[in-house]
Amino acid sequence: MTDVPAVVLKGITKRYPGVVANYDINITVGRGTVHAIVGENGAGKSTLMKTLYGMHKPDEGNIEIDGVPMQFSGPADAIKAGIGMVHQHFMLADNLTVLENIVLGAEPTRGGLLLDKRTARRRITEISDAYGLGLHPDALVEELGVGVRQRVEICKVLYRGAKILILDEPTAVLVPQEVDELFGNLRELKSEGLTVLFISHKLDEVLSVSDEITVIRRGTTVGTVDPKATTARGLAEMMVGSELPVPELRESTVTDVPQLSVSGLTVLSADGRPVVEGVSFTIHQGEIVGIGGVEGNGQAELVEAILGLRPVSAGTVKLGEQDITGWHTRKRREAGIGFIPEDRHRQGLLLEAPLWENRILGHQTEAPNARGPFLDIAAAKHDTERIVEQYDVRTPGIDVPAASLSGGNQQKLIVGREMSGAPSVLIASHPTRGVDVGAQSAIWDHLRAARAQGLAVLLISADLDELIGMSDTLQVILRGRFVAEVDPKTVTPVELGAAMTGATESEGGTDVEAKP
Amino acid sequence: MRQRLGRLGLNLVAALIALIVAGAITSIVLSITHHSPWSTYKDMWTFGTSGDNIAVAINAATTYYLSAIAVAIGFRMNLFNIGVDGQYQLAALLAAAVGGAVSLPTGIHQILIIVVAMLVGSLWAGLVGVLKVTRGVSEVISSIMLNFVATAIIAFLLQPGKLAHLYGQNLTTRPIGSSGQVGGLSLIHNSQTKVYGLVFLAIAVGIGFQFLISRTRFGFDLRATGRSATAAQASGVNVKRMVVVAMLLSGAIAGLVNMPVLLGEAHNYSLNTPSGIGFTGIAIALLGRNNPVGIAFAALLWGFLDTSSNILQFSNVPTSVVAITEGVILFSAVIAYELVRRYALKRQMRTVGRDLGTATAPTTMEVTA
Repeated sequence: MTDVPAVVLKGITKRYPGVVANYDINITVGRGTVHAIVGENGAGKSTLMKTLYGMHKPDEGNIEIDGVPMQFSGPADAIKAGIGMVHQHFMLADNLTVLENIVLGAEPTRGGLLLDKRTARRRITEISDAYGLGLHPDALVEELGVGVRQRVEICKVLYRGAKILILDEPTAVLVPQEVDELFGNLRELKSEGLTVLFISHKLDEVLSVSDEITVIRRGTTVGTVDPKATTARGLAEMMVGSELPVPELRESTVTDVPQLSVSGLTVLSADGRPVVEGVSFTIHQGEIVGIGGVEGNGQAELVEAILGLRPVSAGTVKLGEQDITGWHTRKRREAGIGFIPEDRHRQGLLLEAPLWENRILGHQTEAPNARGPFLDIAAAKHDTERIVEQYDVRTPGIDVPAASLSGGNQQKLIVGREMSGAPSVLIASHPTRGVDVGAQSAIWDHLRAARAQGLAVLLISADLDELIGMSDTLQVILRGRFVAEVDPKTVTPVELGAAMTGATESEGGTDVEAKP
Repeated sequence: MRQRLGRLGLNLVAALIALIVAGAITSIVLSITHHSPWSTYKDMWTFGTSGDNIAVAINAATTYYLSAIAVAIGFRMNLFNIGVDGQYQLAALLAAAVGGAVSLPTGIHQILIIVVAMLVGSLWAGLVGVLKVTRGVSEVISSIMLNFVATAIIAFLLQPGKLAHLYGQNLTTRPIGSSGQVGGLSLIHNSQTKVYGLVFLAIAVGIGFQFLISRTRFGFDLRATGRSATAAQASGVNVKRMVVVAMLLSGAIAGLVNMPVLLGEAHNYSLNTPSGIGFTGIAIALLGRNNPVGIAFAALLWGFLDTSSNILQFSNVPTSVVAITEGVILFSAVIAYELVRRYALKRQMRTVGRDLGTATAPTTMEVTA
């Protein structure tokens, strides 16, 4: 009986527009175990879990639950088969009680009409006690902390009879003590014979809680390991692969000609709160200035303000000698600001338009795309061919829609396009996010080459190695302010990470000098 | 290129399927109500293809076409201008009033009337755009509300002593003199009915629309905004201004809707001036996929169905049967187009995957764990 694994995924392949798909995924999850699935952002973990939860059908491959082959045509089928999913973003109604939230959509009734609260309360209390969730059925959800809300979500899926739980990055929203509590709950679930699939990219947590770890890289499983026999470093190597290119700059090409100068820049959010506050920096020709920070600390707003996509409430932006603070986005782009957006689907591409139209996007008014008020389609197409060739965009032609390219190839197209207008400044937000290793290395090469030509680059990235390796100057942003300038030649990722969370003092690193 | 032809072919197949489904459902409705589908269709065909009725159908199609182009301009940038109906009627009334009040040399007179109509339509639609970008009002709500406002304004102005005179039971504006009229053309063999001279205006509008959309920077910005407002904005498009400009343009074309009738046949605005063409335009724009050539075919189909349905009353078949047909065509066409769109995208992705061989297959790596 116990020999039959709870979940078997065999040869799962999923093709999906524009993102890393799953390819030949093989995972076996034993019953009553905590099985972690780790991989980098964009490695295909979420795609895989959506397949398992019936949110889309795999193109190839089989799913077996308790030894029975399954075909899910929707989450309802997966729930019926005993699979429950706890999403990273909670799906709870704040104004309802714990009990109401848990039964929502699966209400026990009396006579088919009245909500049978007594039965519901009894069952919830049973579940809560059995797995040590510590829930009070009548508490209002809006009064609960994040950790408790997560336990409500877990109870919700258990209430629906789940025997296999998928937890999507459950620790992302928790503080350390809450993580410990969660792991206590997971051990409880496990001891009661439930199976937990735990998705994460935090390796230390994964090592401490799971019985088995499967590593996914570039859409496929690269191996399953025993946490006792491996280390965080070993896992990291599996996650990124040994061929990982090293981001590094060779000799300095920094000149003393300022190309982009931002001074005292303040940006307000819609409700009047400063999201960028008093930020000043200068990028010289041939210089890459990196900005490190936990996401959501004002990086996106800073970028949008520099591009004129967001109103500035104080401060100035200068391009060369010219004050461009009041300029419209188009004028700024015509003046030579290139832009690699952090979300290429939202800001960088017209997904349903062919590649050559995407070549025009952002450069509608410039040669070779336009002649006077008219488009020069022939020239635009010709130049698209050149980009495809020079930037190694893998595509059967330039008439296919951008959506049909993989994420890395879409990104190469964007990089090629933005480099084409001979920009003097490049705003690069996460330029290698979600792209494969080969494309990553190529994008770095292009950045280095353009820097040698005198390009001024603002680099924003969540990849600390990339930031340290590719920056001439490195600023740390925290709650909209620049809090520290670190020397990329000597700083370690650990020190930089500490500075990003505002924990500089305790690290005591000599490289990190906190600003007053 | 092969891909694009394939896609065009798929769209034609989708339109054809829509017609077949509509024919089938109409046949069922006819059978249920004890009419012979076959003889009904035969009557409609015989009647609809007689010389006079072809001209009538083309005339109807001309106004439908202008209305659909006005709607399509909005659709191309994700704006739903339901207000074409109010825009063209208000434009027609004021243009007729101005045209009837002045006497100018031929040429200038017609141009004045047309310019007034475009301006009125444009301003009325522009209101919608301004409300959207300054106050965030959905264009669907405001344009449909402005239809009612337009109707009320027309009822107010079309009274004796204001812009209208009473002729029998009818209220009309002062007729436009011959210097402001556009004569009909005997384009159809064996037809007493002439085709509106302004059919060429409609054709020019179609060509102009296609050129603007596909060949100009402005058209690119418009399409880009329709596909992704965020990407368009990042590319330097002033999205707010674009919304207003697109509405002004859509309204200007809406203002033309009644011009072929006004200058070619009625010569005044009256209680008999047709209403509802703005809504027909929405259906035709959808059926024609916002493409000027597709819209031309859809408009002709609609014109033909409307005209040939007139025979039905003689065989005691309710003419509303044709309304059912039109509705079903539209409904099944919209579904079929969406299916085709998804299928084409999927097929494209598969093709890309195949052409690149192991697009999704990563290189296998040895794992030491």
